Amino acid sequence: MPENNQILELQRLRKVFGGVVALDDLSFAVKRNSITSVIGPNGAGKTTVFNLITGYLRPTSGALVYKGSFLKSENPHRMAAMGIGRTFQNVQVFADMTGLENVMVGRHLRSSAGIIVSGLLPSFLRSEEKQVTEDAARCLEFVGLAQAADKPAGALPLGNQRMLEIARALAIEPDLLLLDEPASGLNSRETIAMGELIGRIRQKGITVMLVEHDMELVMDISDNVAVMNFGKLLAEGTPREIQQNMEVISAYLGE
Amino acid sequence: MPLKDYIGFCILICLVLLMPHLMVNDYYLGVLVFAAFNCLACIGLCLLMGYAGQISLGHGAFIAIGAYSSGIFTTAFGWSPWAAMAAGAFAAMVIAMAVGIPTLRLKGHYLAMATLGFASIVHIVAVAATGFTGGPAGMSGIPGLRLFGYPLDSDLKYYYFAWAAVIIGLYFAFNLIHSRVGRGLRAIHGSGDAAEAVGVNTAVYKIQVFALSAVYASVGGSLYACYVNYIDPGPFDVMHSVMLVTMVAVGGLRHLWGAVIGAVLLSVLPEILSMAAAPLRGIGIAYRPDYDILVYGGILLLIMMFLPDGLFAGIASAGRSGIAVVKKYARGGRIAGK
Repeated sequence: MPENNQILELQRLRKVFGGVVALDDLSFAVKRNSITSVIGPNGAGKTTVFNLITGYLRPTSGALVYKGSFLKSENPHRMAAMGIGRTFQNVQVFADMTGLENVMVGRHLRSSAGIIVSGLLPSFLRSEEKQVTEDAARCLEFVGLAQAADKPAGALPLGNQRMLEIARALAIEPDLLLLDEPASGLNSRETIAMGELIGRIRQKGITVMLVEHDMELVMDISDNVAVMNFGKLLAEGTPREIQQNMEVISAYLGE
Repeated sequence: MPLKDYIGFCILICLVLLMPHLMVNDYYLGVLVFAAFNCLACIGLCLLMGYAGQISLGHGAFIAIGAYSSGIFTTAFGWSPWAAMAAGAFAAMVIAMAVGIPTLRLKGHYLAMATLGFASIVHIVAVAATGFTGGPAGMSGIPGLRLFGYPLDSDLKYYYFAWAAVIIGLYFAFNLIHSRVGRGLRAIHGSGDAAEAVGVNTAVYKIQVFALSAVYASVGGSLYACYVNYIDPGPFDVMHSVMLVTMVAVGGLRHLWGAVIGAVLLSVLPEILSMAAAPLRGIGIAYRPDYDILVYGGILLLIMMFLPDGLFAGIASAGRSGIAVVKKYARGGRIAGK
């Protein structure tokens, strides 16, 4: 793999569900420490791309190159261990757990206590538990949710739940973070805060890839935009290039 | 573990110490000993059902594995009851993994089906393998337990011992759910996909908690065998497995205290019903133990309709609203006092 500055490369990805071709010969690359957006009309296959990268789906053919080596088809928890974090289009917080506990689950891979140790010793006697709590609190504060630490996650407003999901994904210390429609359902003030948060995440050295419908947000924060239509790559380039691309405009507006 | 759970432990210990003084005879103490065995199985089952979101309809089989391991290793091989108990727990763990590994990797309630079949198989083996288990006639002469050389030879001693075992088991379970492992389990229950996304190996966790719950049931079974000194296949039928699930559901899946409450309540209920038989006969109703199952069904139905989160959740919310009312009046009193 000659190009060292790209963290992820999709090579001729194809995914077929039954008789439906969801992705067809999709190739593009994500530069290290960039913000790359994937846009396209509903049903274009954006979330399928995310599910392939994170191991929830396996490609019918084609390959994914991550940090210079081929990604084998593995379970999602293995992908998390390799430094790929994600959020979900339909927010999936652990509703019965508090905000802090949600993020503490994100520290799973950075701690090691098993059943025997966990059962025998109460948490206040274990230094690892203290460390996990501190790390989680820091992640929660980073996204600006410190006040939600003790509240059940299910009771938080949607905007906070989306932030909480990001805090949880950051807790695994990812190199690549996939955000699936982070601004969906957010009001304009929350969307601005989300854009600002994504910028700060990139400043930490994390590559961010997002699927998003809010074009203002996408064009504002992205370094690179990939446009998909019917499972194929329609165009790729900087936000300015995409905005002037006639093909993209006609796909969005209809011919 | 939050402070209120430590308070719960204090209340439980006080109740355990208090109960023998309220008992008119050793028979009722014996009922509470049996309740302790069910408690152990239900704590394990609650970890599995309430925290990992999987259902086992075969936990009676793991009780049987513990009981028969204790019976066979002590009488046929002359092992100490403690070693036999450990062997039973190990066997239960291995068998749980053998049942769990193919089923828990799948999404959906395949574990419930597999364990239901497994429970029937264990019961049939217990009846048919006369050479090992004594068949329907059962096996007797299982030695009692000795604790640091002291024999647990009275109902009262065994009562304290069995409930100490419950408290230790409960303490382990509480520590577990407030740890990395417990958070992983609760995360799986909340959203399996999201748990995987942060690196929780959901299949392995489900298998581990299932094996742990089997160990709980097995230890309960071993303690049972050493208490009654005689076992037969009768108590280990599929209905008992269903009863254990009912106990956990009645008490409340979502909390370990619910498992304890459900197990004790449904264990002592037959005694309460048989005590109620005499006054019922007085008003012309001939109550027979056969009708117990109707009462169980009714209780389960009412709980599901009015307290779907179980008795413990009901008690807790009643307690909370009680405190709120007291606070309101206390505040009102202060205002009136000004």
